Amino acid sequence: MITRQLSIFLENKTGRINEVARILGENGINMQAFSMAETADFGLLRLIVPDVDKAVEVLRNESFAVMVTDVLCLKCSNTPGSLSSVLETLAANNIFIEYMYAFSDGESANVVIRPDDVQAAVKVLS
Amino acid sequence: MIWNPNKECMSREQMRELQGRRLQKLVQYVYHNVPFYRNRMQEMNVSPEDIVTIDDIVRLPFTTKQDLRDNYPYGLQAAPASEIVRVHASSGTTGNPTIVGYTRKDLAVWSEVMTRCLTAFGVTRDDTFSVSYGYGLFTGGLGAHYGVENLGATVIPASTGNTEKHIRLIKDLNITGIACTPSYALYLAETLDKMGVDKKDIGLRVGAFGAEPWTENMRKEIESRLGLKGYNIYGLSEIMGPGVSYECQEQNGSHINEDHFYPEIINPDTLEQLPYGEQGELVFTTLTKEGMPLLRYRTKDLCTLMNDECPCGRTSVRMGRIVGRSDDMLIIRGINVFPSQVESVILEMKEFEPQYMLVVDRVNNLDTLQVQVEVRKDFFSDDIGRMLAMKKNLSDKLKSVLSIAADVRLMEPGSIERSQGKGKHVIDKRILK
Repeated sequence: MITRQLSIFLENKTGRINEVARILGENGINMQAFSMAETADFGLLRLIVPDVDKAVEVLRNESFAVMVTDVLCLKCSNTPGSLSSVLETLAANNIFIEYMYAFSDGESANVVIRPDDVQAAVKVLS
Repeated sequence: MIWNPNKECMSREQMRELQGRRLQKLVQYVYHNVPFYRNRMQEMNVSPEDIVTIDDIVRLPFTTKQDLRDNYPYGLQAAPASEIVRVHASSGTTGNPTIVGYTRKDLAVWSEVMTRCLTAFGVTRDDTFSVSYGYGLFTGGLGAHYGVENLGATVIPASTGNTEKHIRLIKDLNITGIACTPSYALYLAETLDKMGVDKKDIGLRVGAFGAEPWTENMRKEIESRLGLKGYNIYGLSEIMGPGVSYECQEQNGSHINEDHFYPEIINPDTLEQLPYGEQGELVFTTLTKEGMPLLRYRTKDLCTLMNDECPCGRTSVRMGRIVGRSDDMLIIRGINVFPSQVESVILEMKEFEPQYMLVVDRVNNLDTLQVQVEVRKDFFSDDIGRMLAMKKNLSDKLKSVLSIAADVRLMEPGSIERSQGKGKHVIDKRILK
């Protein structure tokens, strides 16, 4: 359930995200999910990849600021109301969500959640 | 250690007497050999005979950078071309370059004053010393080079560039001292980190840093990252090059080689001489120079002069740190801003690399100031709130120091251009338009 997510600091500069995509592509690393959080002058690109350590290494070699963060990756059924039950459980246990993003692949949906307390979230959801 | 106690520890009366005699001789010399000075003095109704003691210096004309440019290339040279053995030139990014010719005696004086500096820093003939100022037309490289040789230490003419090879030599040759700009010292520290070399694995113990203004915080940063003790050395090519003044072990201002370079502080607006302790523009008269002697050269550097006794035993007047340049000063929305103010704030905060760039612009007739800083690797966070708090913290500190708001831009590590010579910290787009 706990997954290691890459967070990459990016200046708001044309072509910067493409740099990340290019480097990962050249090293044969596939992106499974990502989200972009942005402010006026910088952004944080959050990425789920199969080979975290290799991705960190190749990006750091190109002097990107890369952080690894623990997040929850949940698979729920791609039906109305299934996310709500997860969120209700977290709220009922006073677990705060810092950010989340999701993607579906037909049958099921994958939700990436960054709770303020990862261990507590795992406990109440399992 | 003191290289030349006869001069460096001379009594004040003797020094003033020596300076007076040298000034008299200098004025005679330039009056008869440099038409520019003869014309100026005649316009002011001053003749060489009017100059008797060093206090009479206030009757003499000033010289500015513009005068040097207007008389390009050799207009202010006093010695005949046959006596000139070397020429240096300062960068001419904003006009004609400044050409400075040296006679054989000028070079001997230069080596002597450089040696006094190195000795004050604790460098001895047993040291192996790397000169990492640029060699060439710039005075830094060759100026420091001959000082090290004159002292009898081993000089490694590393110059700038090829930093990884330089670090290898520092390790393999057990280089103990280095002369470079403070910007380059930081770049060296960064390269050391990149190469995975620990500061304990290198033997550097003394740094002679100069050619650009730097702050006390920058000194601490360089000292802790390179594991050495850093000393300020001051100079300018128009006057000589490095070696005009230097810190002693007390590090309370830089002793001026006053028997060769007579210092004054003036109010840059009224041009009046100011008493010791007051801040103003630093002015030098080259008391012994033959090639291109200058009367009352306005350096544009802002600082104070101190004449209290120094515990080190030297009796010479000391200059405080350069707090800015009267022409480097940015006027943003009517407020005077010095890049050094921004630098001291950034260096106090452990979240940021000591690299920064000020971008000044004018948007809708209003001046804007953007401060770009690099966040240190360990301080990046996945939490946007924390990143924004870091940014706000810096904005608040800048606001309280500068009295104007600055737009802080957090940058990726390594994205601000590194300098191997004089650090470039300002882009003023108002001038480019």
